[in-house]
Amino acid sequence: MKRIKTLNSASLKKSACKGGCGECQTSCQSACKTSCTVANQKCENEDR
Amino acid sequence: MIHTFEMFDKYIALDVNSGCVHELDKLSYDVLNFLDVKGLDPEDDEALFKTIGEFKREYDSEDIAEVIEDLAELKRNDMLWAEDDFEYNDDLKKNAPVKAMCLHISHDCNLRCKYCFADEGQYHSGCRELMSAETGKRAMDYLVRNSGSRRNLEVDFFGGEPLMNFEAVKEIVSYARELERQYDKVFRFTITTNGILLDDDKLEFINREMGNIVLSIDGRKEVNDRVRCRADGTGSYDSIVPIFQKTAQSRGQDNYYVRGTFTRYNLDFSKDVLHLADLGFKQISVEPVVSGEETDYSLREEDLPRIFDEYETLVREYVARKKEGRGFNFFHFMIDLDEGPCIIKRVSGCGCGCEYIAVAPNGDVYPCHQFVGSEEYKMGSIYDECELDRDLRNKFAACNIYSKPDCRDCFAKFFCSGGCVANACLINGSINKPHKLSCEMMRKRVECSLYAKAALAE
Ligand code: SF4
Ligand code: SF4
Repeated sequence: MKRIKTLNSASLKKSACKGGCGECQTSCQSACKTSCTVANQKCENEDR
Repeated sequence: MIHTFEMFDKYIALDVNSGCVHELDKLSYDVLNFLDVKGLDPEDDEALFKTIGEFKREYDSEDIAEVIEDLAELKRNDMLWAEDDFEYNDDLKKNAPVKAMCLHISHDCNLRCKYCFADEGQYHSGCRELMSAETGKRAMDYLVRNSGSRRNLEVDFFGGEPLMNFEAVKEIVSYARELERQYDKVFRFTITTNGILLDDDKLEFINREMGNIVLSIDGRKEVNDRVRCRADGTGSYDSIVPIFQKTAQSRGQDNYYVRGTFTRYNLDFSKDVLHLADLGFKQISVEPVVSGEETDYSLREEDLPRIFDEYETLVREYVARKKEGRGFNFFHFMIDLDEGPCIIKRVSGCGCGCEYIAVAPNGDVYPCHQFVGSEEYKMGSIYDECELDRDLRNKFAACNIYSKPDCRDCFAKFFCSGGCVANACLINGSINKPHKLSCEMMRKRVECSLYAKAALAE
């Protein structure tokens, strides 16, 4: 595709299959604390 | 759902439900927007016909046809116009064990920051109070007992100023290390400090035991000292900068961050971020102040255009410095497009009131640190044998991006995961009504981070 450059793969659907282990860090969204976009977090799933 | 935007020289499209980010040229950007607005399917002949009709004066028909074919291919591969089929993830948090705890180790503070949401450490209780080591240990027991099969547990020492009660911190950490061995858990500790009491001994302990340390500083000296000052009115900047620099170095410039707050007093906050970068910090977070009532430092809707410009100025410099090999991380521009958290996490958000709880100095349990001291939201106590307030717990567990009408239609939803529940409750009076000003800024930051990704992918 010469006019469109895709930066990543369609990862959200894939993540639904193996996700949900809950081992990742909690992510406070508030300005008074760590306030991160959830999307900068690391996944901690060992079998992903 | 597709969100498109231009920033500087880039045309970007985010396909919300697949998470795909595309960088386009002007022609494909125009065509994509046209099809999306008109609800046309690139696989139908009608789309081609109408698009050529629309753009024939500007673009060559063959080029248009080529673009439409490309868009159709992306659609077939679920990389554009992908469906949102994640709503089944709705009641995920219902029986979720507790895995993170905010320990209010000190409801006392040696600064009097003007914007403090914690009422300068007292959390509207009218008294200054330290948590005893005993209560802290009982809280660790409580966490282990309620964590089910979760292995990684997080504990954040929070305040007030946690270093005012550092002996208790040490005892609690060493007690938790025993629990780790007994129950096969891993404790990850973090601590937030204003730096006034930070010294080499404490730093040595923190570096050995804590996965992260949050260092509060707002940026330029005059900005910091205007709001972050002692009871006698003197600012904190000069005493904290050297020890913060040392902390950052001693941790290999990783697993820490300096975090500041910007207010209406410094709407040119990009300068503060860059000032922190110039001081040598590599992990930086500077956040908009959130305040319930209107004060002269509160951000207002009319400030948004200025704030958006500032984020753009910042992202441009952020990218430039990265390209020159002297980059820094700005928390809000960091997005992992490939290996980020799973969709389930993105739907459910911070987990406050179920996966995450806060414990006050006397052992009372609240949904998170922002609710501490608010009687209405008290969920129980670590000293009670009985369970946490079930109604409150269920209310928080049921909260996710699909329970909030604003989030459903928001392009940032899988990056933001529904915003701060406490702000929604405490400012808007409803758990499902996100704080609008925060949303606007969140969306702008998501755009800036996607821009940074595109610019750095060159
Ligand atoms: S920005 Fe606001 S509306 Fe959008 S997902 Fe976050 S909280 Fe919801
Ligand atoms: S409700 Fe807000 S302050 Fe509390 S944990 Fe969630 S995002 Fe953080």
